Amino acid sequence: MNKLKRQFLAGPYLVWIIGFILLPIIMILYYALTNQTGEATLSNILAIGTPIHSKALFLSLKLAFLCTAICLVLSYPLAMILSNIRKKHQNLIVFIFILPMWMNFMLRILAWKMLLSNNGVINSVLETLGIPPLDILNTPTAVVFCMVYDFLPFMILPIYNSMARIGKDIIEAAKDLGAGSVTIFFKIILPLTISGVVSGIIMVFVPALTSFAISDLLGGGKVLLIGNVIEQAFMQEYNWNLGSGLSIVLMVFVIASMALMSAHDKEGGGAGVW
Amino acid sequence: MKKRIAALFATLFAVCLFTGCQNSGSDENTLTVLNYGKYLDPKAIEMFEEETGIQVEYEEYITPENMYTKYKAGSIDYDLICTSDYMIEKLINEGETLEINFDGFSNLSNLDTTYFEFSKAFDPENKYTIPYFFGTVGILYNKNMVDEADMQSWDCLWNEKYKGQIIMADSVRDSFMAALKYKGYSLNTTEEAQLLEAQEILIQQKPLVYSYLVDEAQDEMIGENAALALVYSGEAGYAIELNENLGYCVPKEGSNMWIDSWFLPKTCKHQENAEKFLDFLCRKEIAAMNFEYVYYATPNKTLVESLEEDLQNNTTIFPPKEVLDRCEILKSLDEAATAKYNELWKEIKSTD
Amino acid sequence: MVKKSAERIYLGLIFLFLYLPIAVLIVLSFNNSKSRVVWGGFTLKWYQQLFHNNTIKAAFTTTIFITVISALLATLLGTLAALGIHAMKAKKQAIMLGATNIPLLNADIVTGLSMMLLFVRFTKLGMSTVLIAHITFNIPYVILNVLPKLRQCSQNTYEAALDLGATPFYAFRKIIWPQIRPGVFSGALMAMTMSLDDFSVTYFTKGAGINTLSTMIYTEMRKGIIPEMYALSTILFFIALILLLVMNFGSSRKDKLAKERIG
Repeated sequence: MNKLKRQFLAGPYLVWIIGFILLPIIMILYYALTNQTGEATLSNILAIGTPIHSKALFLSLKLAFLCTAICLVLSYPLAMILSNIRKKHQNLIVFIFILPMWMNFMLRILAWKMLLSNNGVINSVLETLGIPPLDILNTPTAVVFCMVYDFLPFMILPIYNSMARIGKDIIEAAKDLGAGSVTIFFKIILPLTISGVVSGIIMVFVPALTSFAISDLLGGGKVLLIGNVIEQAFMQEYNWNLGSGLSIVLMVFVIASMALMSAHDKEGGGAGVW
Repeated sequence: MKKRIAALFATLFAVCLFTGCQNSGSDENTLTVLNYGKYLDPKAIEMFEEETGIQVEYEEYITPENMYTKYKAGSIDYDLICTSDYMIEKLINEGETLEINFDGFSNLSNLDTTYFEFSKAFDPENKYTIPYFFGTVGILYNKNMVDEADMQSWDCLWNEKYKGQIIMADSVRDSFMAALKYKGYSLNTTEEAQLLEAQEILIQQKPLVYSYLVDEAQDEMIGENAALALVYSGEAGYAIELNENLGYCVPKEGSNMWIDSWFLPKTCKHQENAEKFLDFLCRKEIAAMNFEYVYYATPNKTLVESLEEDLQNNTTIFPPKEVLDRCEILKSLDEAATAKYNELWKEIKSTD
Repeated sequence: MVKKSAERIYLGLIFLFLYLPIAVLIVLSFNNSKSRVVWGGFTLKWYQQLFHNNTIKAAFTTTIFITVISALLATLLGTLAALGIHAMKAKKQAIMLGATNIPLLNADIVTGLSMMLLFVRFTKLGMSTVLIAHITFNIPYVILNVLPKLRQCSQNTYEAALDLGATPFYAFRKIIWPQIRPGVFSGALMAMTMSLDDFSVTYFTKGAGINTLSTMIYTEMRKGIIPEMYALSTILFFIALILLLVMNFGSSRKDKLAKERIG
């Protein structure tokens, strides 16, 4: 089979791309740029400027930043420790740290709800210890907690992978040449793991920025993220034009944050992280 | 290993195709029902499926506004919908409902005609709807955590004493109802000044609120995670059964009396099946199952007469006349007013 | 030595953070009291109720159905696409890969909503719409797993085989396939994982009465928490545990496979 003919193998996929990737985006753009009577307008996109929407967007950005930062701070040392464990146990231990990811996403949210509610497990423990109870369910704090829990493996894995790829001989060589552990860290480990960090940041930041289920279930109706605003525009207010407009804005933010990050990422995209 | 994986895939594929065919095979004889969450005993659906061979596709929603969107989206052809008075009025006005053909019904006489009279408020000729449940909106409270005397007035929802222990309804009309009634206005007002005033106190209330919930409120109250909640009477009745520390009260300023009814939307493709299902629901035993499942007041008088006396006299479930006298029915609002309510509500929800 | 124990403590803390919530669910699943904190004795009744709960059972079958079918079809389409893309010139490749990246990088909610808008315009929502949506976000994972393997293949062997009279299919089966097979399998596995865990896309594209586990649990949680959910969590956790154990440590080529999973 020559090369030209072989290209046709991608034919079905090309049809699929046009039908189910490009067309939906055209649809959402169409809705975003028209009003309910079908006239062209920019108001759905500019609606992001109204106090309600911009506030939701800022809160989403804030929580997503927080969540990403916490994940990074927790994961980096963890990945370092994991990559130094003796080979014999390494698979098992890495396995332990990614297993929770295979629990259904919703059930992980449920678990946090159980832990955090007023009469939940954490508060009962605190009560027995004589410590005043926490009131964090139905606040942004609870949402961040759960986001960190949900997305942590997405940060651990890419960092661990890039860490595991560093040859032990390089580090040995550096040591022989008299480098201290601080130098080794900044001159070898950090530069060689930066692509893992970038992938991790993208894989945590994007879902955290756009999630609506976590804030829906743990926010008690008081934490309004941009995802919730969009979901409600579609499912409650029957205003698809507004919902589409805000989706476009969200898309721009996602793309911008990714472009910003992958400027540092030579491997490109989140594809190599597994 | 390779062969084993391939075999596994092949088996899974075959099983899936098989179940998949089953799913789509009996397309002809189905019934697509849209109902509030937790509002019909799933066993009743199974019984109906077994009895008639009709496959029921059952879908749930949270608030009437939610239902309106689901229906209006047109992405699913619903055959039968249950929702509240004002929303039905709106859909009738929009010409979205079909007349029910009552000829084939054999259990209709079980229903108390009084409630068809009530229904005339939104369905003047009783052509489109069959009442399902009715009740009031009030306050479910935990006797150990609140002063019962406070619960007689909507004021309790604004009482600093209960900071962080109040559950409000995550539903526009219900939350505004409480605020409007507290201020002494009609719950159907469209006057901007009154609405703004209601909005202002709802914003003031926000720091006191533990969470905004609809169906979950009951669960949180049973689990004693909050002291008081704005709920529908049936949820209160059910919660009190499970936790005897709870009590229910309809505040003295008045409240909302509502009727949830079934109607056939214009998208109905299986009218006969839908009517069969409605008739099935009117059957005493089925009404009893659903009553026990949801604990709202049922218009099925044959059932009510057969209930134990203390259940019949349970004022939480069956609102007494003096309570109903101070209650109003929600009316459908015109588009501008609906938009206004939604806008104000969204602002409330997004304030810190 | 201090460093060693500090590391241990750190691992322990993260382990606790990850497993405490799951442990709570497992304990609650055996609790004979509906309360979340009071221990009312050991019971298996939530498990019994779970097996009689048709909503949960239906969601379970639907999930398996959607996961397997969408992963299989995505693997088929994706592998073919990867072969085609590999044969393309750089510019065309870039365009195809750019399009492939869209569902991968876009927010779930936007993917779901845009597909819903499309479906609503041209058809009715149902099982097939969910399948199409899942296949769409699954294909990129397959392509991006197969393509690197294809790039490692030497083109010369394949062409030599053709020159020696092998049919293209035979040459593919004997030369290309063995080299890309690990990529195809890990792509399929990733597609399954993504399907299994998806909520947003399913939520927006599903028809009446169709629920995967994720959407079913979401609707149930919005109604209040039923103890059967704890039992379900426990069962799903152990299924995941066993599946992963078998995949990582079950085969003789465990190191290789495990590396593919993670690396």
